[in-house]
Parts: sequence; C-alpha cells; structure tokens
Amino acid sequence: MRSLIDIKELSLEELDALIATALDIIDNPQKYSEKCKGKKLATLFFEPSTRTRLSFEAAMYELGGNVLGFSEASSSSAAKGESVADTAKMISCYADIIAMRHPKEGAPLVASMNATIPVVNAGDGGHNHPTQTLADLLTIKRKKGRFDNLTVGLCGDLKFGRTVHSLISALSRYKGVKFVLISPEELRIPSYVKTDVLEKNNIEYVETTDLTGAMPSLDILYMTRVQKERFFNEEDYLRLKDSYILNLQKLENAKSDLCIMHPLPRVNEISVAVDKDPRACYFEQALNGKFMRMALILMLLGIK
Amino acid sequence: MNIDSIKNGIVIDHITAGKSMELYALLNLDSLSCPIVIGKNLPSDKMGKKDIIKIDADIELNTDILGYIDPDVTINIIKDGKITDKKTVSLPERLVNVISCKNPRCITSCEQELDQVFTLTDKENRIYRCLYCETKAKEENH
Repeated sequence: MRSLIDIKELSLEELDALIATALDIIDNPQKYSEKCKGKKLATLFFEPSTRTRLSFEAAMYELGGNVLGFSEASSSSAAKGESVADTAKMISCYADIIAMRHPKEGAPLVASMNATIPVVNAGDGGHNHPTQTLADLLTIKRKKGRFDNLTVGLCGDLKFGRTVHSLISALSRYKGVKFVLISPEELRIPSYVKTDVLEKNNIEYVETTDLTGAMPSLDILYMTRVQKERFFNEEDYLRLKDSYILNLQKLENAKSDLCIMHPLPRVNEISVAVDKDPRACYFEQALNGKFMRMALILMLLGIK
Repeated sequence: MNIDSIKNGIVIDHITAGKSMELYALLNLDSLSCPIVIGKNLPSDKMGKKDIIKIDADIELNTDILGYIDPDVTINIIKDGKITDKKTVSLPERLVNVISCKNPRCITSCEQELDQVFTLTDKENRIYRCLYCETKAKEENH
C-alpha cells in the first residue's frame, strides 16, 4: 500500500510513467472510463478548495469510480474534535483511497500513518502540494517537451507557497535547471528548501525582488498568489498582497515561447488581459491536473 | 562524592562546558532520588573546560538525548566501584519526544497526543527537522 505525501517520494521513472499514463488518458479517454469501477475516493477537505477537490472528483468519475467526502472541516467530525489519525482509520473502512487537504502541515502524513488505504496529500498548510506539482510537470512537458535546461522563475509568495516548494523539489532532479526566485524580502523561500534542496543538489538559483529585470531570461514564469489564510497578521498581508502584478507591459521583454503558469486561484496577480496571450498556460494547467490525478489514482490503486 | 566513591552508577564525562543543566533537565534526572553530582567548568586537558554528571544509581540513560545535545560525551559505567565499561554516543537518526516543534502551523500543535518526531536531515551541520512539517529544530518558524 502506497501513499503520496511529498513529490520526492516519486522516482523520476515513476514521474515519467505517470506522465505517460496521463498522455495516454488524453488520447484515449474511453480506454480508462471503467478502470475504477466499484472503487471509492474519499475527499477529505478540511480547508476550502475548488480546483483540487473538483479535479480529484472529476478524475475519479472519469475512471468510472465513485466519490464521497466533505469540503470543509465544519461539516466533519473534526468540528467535534476528532483527530486526523482517527478520521483516517475510520475512512479506511468506507473508501479505497483518500485525498486530503488540511491547514496543518503534516496532517496527510499522520493520516497515511494510520490509514489502511492510500492517502494523497492534496495540500497541507504552506508545506507541500504534490498533485499540483504533477499538474505543473505535465504542463511543462506538453509545452516545452522537456524538464532539463530550463530557467524557471517563481514569483510571489515563495515562503508559504506550497506549490512552489513541491515544484522546486521535483525540478531540482533534472539537469541544467536554474531557478530565479522573485519575491518580497518577507516572503522569500524557506531555509529548508534552500539548504536541503537547492544547495544540497548544487542547483543554480538567484533571489531577486525584480520581476521585470528577471523576465528576459525565463523559459517558465510560475506566478503565485499571496495567500491571506497563511498570515496571522492582516497588516502584513495588506502590505504584501500587491507586490507583483503581471500585465502585458511586463511581458514585453519576455521570450516568445515563455510558459506562464499559476496554480490558481488568482486574485489580481495576473491581469485578465494576459489570459488571451498565447503564452498563458494556467487554465490548461488546471485541466492537466485532472489527467495527472487520474494517472496517480490508477498507480496508487495498482490498476494498470 | 567523587568518581571513586560511586559503587554502582554512571558518570557522564566530557560534557561540553555549560551543557550539563540542559542534559539534567532533558534526561529527567530530577525524578531520581539517588545522589547526583553536577560538576561545571571543571579543568580538562582535552577540552579546556568540561562539565560532568555523576549518578549514584544503575539506571538506563536515553542515549538519543545525549547524542542530540552533546555527541562527544563519554559514559562510564561503574560497578563495584570500578569503571567496567566506557561508551560513546553518536548523533541519533531520529528523536522521539525529546524536543517539540515550534511551528504553529504544524499538525503537532493541535494534535497533542502525536509523538514529536525529528529526523537528522544534515549530519554535517547537525540539523534536525520535524518529521511532519520539516521545520528545523530550535527554529521559531520556517
């Protein structure tokens, strides 16, 4: 029995296999439409989500399976004080696989230590979000055709942006990847990502506050939202929320084949005018998330 | 009491000067009723200054705690007034319920009965991180 808590748990071969399955699903959806017949996915969302929860649900339905679960902590027994460990043990009696989002970091790991069925981390606080990374990787593969020798700009909230941490972990394993980390001083990448991932693997990276200056060198620009829910202090949030807003003017010096990504939801960090630019890939990225979640469900349930 | 006067017990020697009280607290030596002597800033040929703890009872010491706080200590086991064994400790790979995660966003902050687990992620720099949220030990936040 296998879970997915951190993207690093997947080898490069497994990532390749998941991407190959997702590409096959895109080409032959009918072939997969009954693969999970009789199987149930439990979506345990202790924190609000639109994309991740709905794409997990759509993924399971498109595989012919069923879905049960809750979309906020207040409608579960967590509101009565039930522990994550107990919830995981109990859900194991009803479902075949769990997708869990939780505001506390490490909660899905605790669930996986107590469940008897696979657990997928669907986002834990500001920590990890491995299935978003799977969506990101499929998007990069489809747009760029490769993962190596890319200059990747990550912009916005790099401190609490869990999608950023997982994506850096995943891309650090490929050759010739350079990171340009663009953020306000207060929202720089956490020390553990710098020391344990970037420096440990001798990955080239620069930290800067200047998005426009970094733009011409980028093959990929990964924008993130400054997340209100990660701040204990509203003043800090208000001060930092509009640090970076991507508009057509800022894209003037960008490469013609730049791939603009965003895990969504966006608030105002990408101007709506950018949506029509052929370099905008974020809605396709959301669609890719469904295909990769389908591939992941099949892998974790051991269905070929 | 000096080392020779212990009949059956333990001497924790070569403690880095200043760390004996931290060890005393984490090893929960306060709960013992036997004689315990703490020597601070004693002269040492090898270390310049050192601390020492003598425990006049044959107890089980948590070597993970010793290894985490001060991996260069020596443990002398005394039986019938003589040193019968000398042990060294090493940096433990895993610490269970020795230190607590300080990250307010960590699952351990709200599920009190979870074991506090830290793993050694960087041996060279002696860095431990919370198993659940990866926050560095002794660091306030990410």
